[in-house]
Amino acid sequence: MEAKADENKYSIIIPTYNERLNIALIVYLIFKHLPNVNFEIIVVDDGSPDGTQDIVKQLQEVYGEDRILLRPRAKKLGLGTAYVHGLKHATGNFVVIMDADLSHHPKYLPSFIKKQMETGSSIVTGTRYVKGGGVHGWNLMRKLTSRGANVLAQTFLWPGVSDLTGSFRLYKKSVLEDIISSCVSKGYVFQMEMIVRASRKGYHIEEVPITFVDRVYGSSKLGGSEIVEYLKGLLYLLVTT
Amino acid sequence: MKHIVKIMALLVALSAVWISLLQTSVLPKSQTWLLPLYFIVSLGCYGLLMVGVGLMHFPTCPHEAILLQQDVVEAKEFLKGKGVDVGTD
Ligand SMILES: Nc1nc2c(ncn2[C@@H]2O[C@H](COP(=O)(O)OP(=O)(O)OP(=O)(O)O)[C@@H](O)[C@H]2O)c(=O)[nH]1
Ligand SMILES: [Mg+2]
Repeated sequence: MEAKADENKYSIIIPTYNERLNIALIVYLIFKHLPNVNFEIIVVDDGSPDGTQDIVKQLQEVYGEDRILLRPRAKKLGLGTAYVHGLKHATGNFVVIMDADLSHHPKYLPSFIKKQMETGSSIVTGTRYVKGGGVHGWNLMRKLTSRGANVLAQTFLWPGVSDLTGSFRLYKKSVLEDIISSCVSKGYVFQMEMIVRASRKGYHIEEVPITFVDRVYGSSKLGGSEIVEYLKGLLYLLVTT
Repeated sequence: MKHIVKIMALLVALSAVWISLLQTSVLPKSQTWLLPLYFIVSLGCYGLLMVGVGLMHFPTCPHEAILLQQDVVEAKEFLKGKGVDVGTD
C-alpha cells in the first residue's frame, strides 16, 4: 500500500566537507523550492576546518532544528559512509541524496518528487544526458572523460540508466537501505555501484533531466587518479554484479 | 548471474558461430579467419564514434550558470538579513 502524498516525508541527505558558503545557499534554495513539502535536511559534516558546522547551527536558528539536522562526524571519512551515516538518522519514507556544492540545484527537487509519484518508482535519478539536461563549466578534457566513461559503461555493463555517475537521486528509504549495505566502493564509483546494483535487483528506476553547473565556491574533493579508479570500478562491477 | 558471465557467454556464442563458419566454409577461409579482427575493430570504431557523437552533442547550459548567480545573490541577501554569516565577497 502506497502512502498518500501528504503523508510522505523526504529526508534530504547532504554530505559536506568545507562547504561553509554552499551549505547556506543550498538550504535557502531547498526551502524556496519545496514550500509545501514535508522534508528534513540532514547535513553530514566531516569536521570541516572551515567552520561549516557553525553555519549549519546558524541555519538551524533560522529554519528550526527539526528541519535541519546536523549529524557530524569527527573526521573526513569519505562520501560512501557519509550517506550510510545520514541514512541512519533519516525519519522520512523517501531519501534524497545531493551534493552541497550547488551543482545539484534544488529547483529540480519538485520534478523528482512528481516523477516518483506518477510512476511509483523506487529510484528517481537525475540525468544530464537527455533533452532538458546539460552541463556547464567543463573543459574539453572533462567532457571527453565523461563521455568515454559513459560509453564504456553502457557497452559493458548495460546499466539501464543514461547517467551513471550523477549522484542527484531520490530513493525509497527501504530501497536505499537495501542497496547501500551491499555497496563497498569509494568515491565516484560508489554512485555507479549503487545504481547498477539497484538495476540488477530489478528496482524500478526513472530518470529526470537535470542541469549541472560546475562548482562555483569551494574546492573539489576528488583527487587526480579518477580515471584509474573508474576503470577499476568498472571491472569490479563486471565481476560482482 | 554475474554480468561478466553474460558477456563471456556472448563471446562463447560468437566463437561458436565463427568456428562453425570456419568448418562449413560458406565464406572463403581467408575471410573467415579475419572475422574476429573485424569484430574488434568495429567495436573500437563504434566506441570512438559514440564518444565523438557524444562530444559533438554534449548538452550544455550556459544560461543555468547565470540563473544560479541570481539565486546566489538572492540567497545571500535573505540569509544576511537573518544573521547567517555568508561572508562579504
Ligand atoms: N561528509 C563528507 N562529505 C564529503 C566528503 N568528500 C566530499 N564530500 C561532499 O560531497 C559532495 C561532492 O563532493 P565534490 O567535491 O563536489 O565532488 P565532485 O562533485 O565529484 O567534484 P567537483 O567537480 O568539485 O564538483 C560535496 O557536497 C562535498 O562537500 C567527505 O569525505 N565527507
Ligand atoms: Mg561537485
